[in-house]
Amino acid sequence: MTLAAAAATAAHALAVPASAAHPTLTTAAAETHGFLSPTGVEVAFLLVGLVTFGAALVTVTTRQLVHAALWLVVTLGGLAVEYLLLTAEFIAWVQVLIYVGSVVVLLLFGLMLTKAPIGRSPDADSGNRWAALTVAVAAAAALVWVVVDAFRATWIDLDGPAAGTTAVTGASLFQNWVLPFEALSVLLLAALVGAIVLSRKAKAESSSPPVNSRTITESSPSVPDSRNHTIGGNGPVEGTGPAKQEGAR
Amino acid sequence: MHLAYPAVLAALLFCTGVYGVLARRNAILVLMSVELMLNAVNLNLVAFDVWLSRTARDTLHSGQALTLFTIAIAAAEIGIGLAIVLAVYRNRGTSDIDRLRDTAEGHEPDGPESEGAETDGRDSHDPDSDARTAGPADRAGKAEATA
Repeated sequence: MTLAAAAATAAHALAVPASAAHPTLTTAAAETHGFLSPTGVEVAFLLVGLVTFGAALVTVTTRQLVHAALWLVVTLGGLAVEYLLLTAEFIAWVQVLIYVGSVVVLLLFGLMLTKAPIGRSPDADSGNRWAALTVAVAAAAALVWVVVDAFRATWIDLDGPAAGTTAVTGASLFQNWVLPFEALSVLLLAALVGAIVLSRKAKAESSSPPVNSRTITESSPSVPDSRNHTIGGNGPVEGTGPAKQEGAR
Repeated sequence: MHLAYPAVLAALLFCTGVYGVLARRNAILVLMSVELMLNAVNLNLVAFDVWLSRTARDTLHSGQALTLFTIAIAAAEIGIGLAIVLAVYRNRGTSDIDRLRDTAEGHEPDGPESEGAETDGRDSHDPDSDARTAGPADRAGKAEATA
């Protein structure tokens, strides 16, 4: 992860003088740009893109669940750097704040609340991974072919004033997109209330018949119990189950 | 910058997310793969917005506004999704999505089971419905835990 971060910073440092020297260069090379003479921004985008794609591949293939979440941080951070290279700086910082800051932390909390024995889990992939691999490779081939064929002669002009500064984004957001913005705040409030309602313990069950209420009140707060017999069904991790349970109590 | 670079990267990231959604077993890893797919769409939106703002003199910046909305909706989705996963884990003791097949068709002709609601009927059916899908060793564990 430190290697990937170093690569990202190196690529970004490589991009800064290239974009600074860009306006004098592009006027001369505007007609002659092609795949064989990539600009500095393109080289930086390619390097950061390779890091991002590799981290995404490790995220979906690793068997250590916490490592998957940490490689997801690398992927999302690499995408933030890509947004910066595309001159969309506000989106980049929102990406860093929300995805790297809160979503990954939520995912780590979820992993630690549900999958308490941290470590290698040999059953991370289901049985249909070869079918999934076939579908994913076929979709990737089709999409890449179509996209390359469609945008073969299309260039993004990154010169001049940046297209995604905070001023530009804020002006367009609060001039043209005010109503969806407010609707989005209502949606976030609804999601907040819904998450609280879903994760709250059900109080109404205590007034139900005694057999079922005893079942629920014993099974719901004692999460180590249910975790323990789930591990017992999974086989290879069975030996660590009672020790973990002792530690949890 | 050539437009094919962000477009190809977005396509590759999306297909990585598709593989993760199809091949992973833990529900939280599936949510991570969904995040990958959403991020691929965001990269496409940003790249095409930057392209259109120069080429077509677009001042609406719909791509960046949609990206912000997608990020906010993804945050809401991950909150609700994790709350659902934790509720399922509290009720069933597992978060493997291929063990949660109460609504699967074609295996048992008995009546429909209410899914998700914490009613007493569903809870009393719980060891039976899990024992159908899991092995007999798991059946014993479930019976002990719910007794």
